[in-house]
Amino acid sequence: MDGHPLNPLWIPHFTATSAIGRGLAQTLDALRGRRGGLAPCTFDTVDLPTFVGEVPDVDSVRLPAQLAAFDCRNNRLAFLGLAQDGFTDAVDRAARKYGRRRVGIFLGTSTSGIYQTELAYRRRDAADGSLPADFAYATTHNTFSLADFVRQSLDLEGPATVISSACSSSAKVFASARRMMAAGLIDAAVVGGVDSLCLTTLYGFNSLGLMSSQACRPFDAARDGISIGEAAAFALLERAPAHLDADAVLLLGVGESSDAYHMSSPHQDGLGARIAMESALAMAQLDAADIDYINLHGTATPSNDVAETKAVTAVFGTGTPCSSTKGATGHTLGAAGGLEAVICALALRHAVMPGGMNTSQLDPLLPLNYLLESREQPVRRALSNSFGFGGTNCSLIFGRAG
Amino acid sequence: MTHSPDHDTPPLAAYVEGIGLLGPGFSSWAQGRQCLDGSVPYEAARCVLPSPMSLPSAERRRAGAVVKVSLAVGQEAVEASGLAARDLPSVFSSSSGDAVNCHEICSALASGDRLISPTRFHNSVHNASSGYWSISSGAMASSSVLCARDAGFAAGLLEALTQCAVEGTPVLLVVYDTEYPQPLHAKRQIPDTMGIAMILAPRRSERSLARIGLDGTAFLTPAAADTMADPALEALRQAIPVARALPLLGAIAKREARSIALAYLDPLQFTVEVAPC
Repeated sequence: MDGHPLNPLWIPHFTATSAIGRGLAQTLDALRGRRGGLAPCTFDTVDLPTFVGEVPDVDSVRLPAQLAAFDCRNNRLAFLGLAQDGFTDAVDRAARKYGRRRVGIFLGTSTSGIYQTELAYRRRDAADGSLPADFAYATTHNTFSLADFVRQSLDLEGPATVISSACSSSAKVFASARRMMAAGLIDAAVVGGVDSLCLTTLYGFNSLGLMSSQACRPFDAARDGISIGEAAAFALLERAPAHLDADAVLLLGVGESSDAYHMSSPHQDGLGARIAMESALAMAQLDAADIDYINLHGTATPSNDVAETKAVTAVFGTGTPCSSTKGATGHTLGAAGGLEAVICALALRHAVMPGGMNTSQLDPLLPLNYLLESREQPVRRALSNSFGFGGTNCSLIFGRAG
Repeated sequence: MTHSPDHDTPPLAAYVEGIGLLGPGFSSWAQGRQCLDGSVPYEAARCVLPSPMSLPSAERRRAGAVVKVSLAVGQEAVEASGLAARDLPSVFSSSSGDAVNCHEICSALASGDRLISPTRFHNSVHNASSGYWSISSGAMASSSVLCARDAGFAAGLLEALTQCAVEGTPVLLVVYDTEYPQPLHAKRQIPDTMGIAMILAPRRSERSLARIGLDGTAFLTPAAADTMADPALEALRQAIPVARALPLLGAIAKREARSIALAYLDPLQFTVEVAPC
């Protein structure tokens, strides 16, 4: 289990692209100004009455010619994300410093390039049912396609994997990267997550009755489901040097657990979520009172927000300022852990606690200190929750160096 | 970090406390090891999947090949280890999720009504087998769920070895692949289902079968991956991604002490040291 103290890992570079912005500056502006990215769904031919957090102009992204086999919406979004905030250059500097085989890649996605397969199924041969010749399974549909694409884009040769555990995927990448660094197999890691809009998740969540017909309202008394979003988020991890600037961001703790309860419903008392948060605190050697802000999983389904509230109040009581940023970005599924890790890093660096969007009437049955307005206030340590189908839970704790 | 390497051993190592095996011509590790050590000829045959009796009846009826194979090999490995499944963190690695389920969803989405059943949707996640394992065993510890396409065994072994060494805990590793139905089969020609499970532990026990270690500074090498001498086993090694583990299982079965290059990510392979216990 995750009981061992963590030697803090430094996050020298990070970036995120979602419906609220390309890169950090736009993302921070949107969080401070409470500008959301959810809009009525016009994606593809989708005929559902729902809102989505679509990243503008993903379709116009062109991959380099030598990576053309990877062309699909998910890898276009990955490429767009990598190009922001000098992230590619930062990875290149780390690769030159440590060696290309000493930089690992750990990326989360739930659906990878499945949209490419959905499109190919519309073009099956009328006579024999075969898929079109131009459909490339390995480099688009396959779940590993994302890590393969990023590995080749960044010209890295270290260990690489996709972590795909639904909506905890890109939180759990921090855990796997941490272990491989602690074992001495790598000196740096590219972590993060990319998930993009597709019909599987839109019609799938609709079949479960978990989609809101408006922009999702986490922790609202009238919340009625999720809004799906898409995002690409990346972070570079290195061992923390002896001296860091005060506003350097560190990974302080990771907690992981399984619900052992149900495939698509959370444990009703949030037991697995509670274990994940407690494990993260234990690894960080922190008490609950040391956490200044919690970025909640907060999907806005009736049952998820209840279970998370029970778990959070069991560990933190009712006073810790918290919010879900899914009202702004939508639920970016396998990218949510990475995106919300970056939001926590922005909160730490820029002294802002993002207020939850779309929520007007807090559910009186959910006794949390849920922020409805953004606060300009120093944040020394932040915790981020990510939970997913299959009962998979991950909590991350980030902190400032000083 | 709790790992403290011995001076004369590779810095990262674990003991194999139990193995589960199911696949074409393999019904269990007890049977399969005799094919792999050469005492019985290997005969290719369709993989026979048992019903996952540890699941409640409703889930059992709906269980696809990914759940059947992963629960079967996981249980075999856990039983051999004498450890309690509910206490073990786990690593699941597969080149894809439930392929039949994926085909049904893509077919429905290309049709007029686009209706997907809720069960189909929640079974579409790559971590479905991990979720059902957790539900059936009561395990609330961490489960890492990986995809590295054809490098799934080596990637899963790396994740399990590091977790075992860094956290100082036994870990269940389950790696499996299943076949896609047409028309996806034409694009991804995995011919059958196969699964391999291992319990890796940080300390040797009376049940230890072998010790697996790797050199943390030189485990990625451009050396060619090891192959199988038996043509039928070599054909299997190349046909199903998880079967890239066969050279390692062969060395464990033959109680060999040697270095093995497992197929990993081009252009590099993944070298492990194996020794009998």
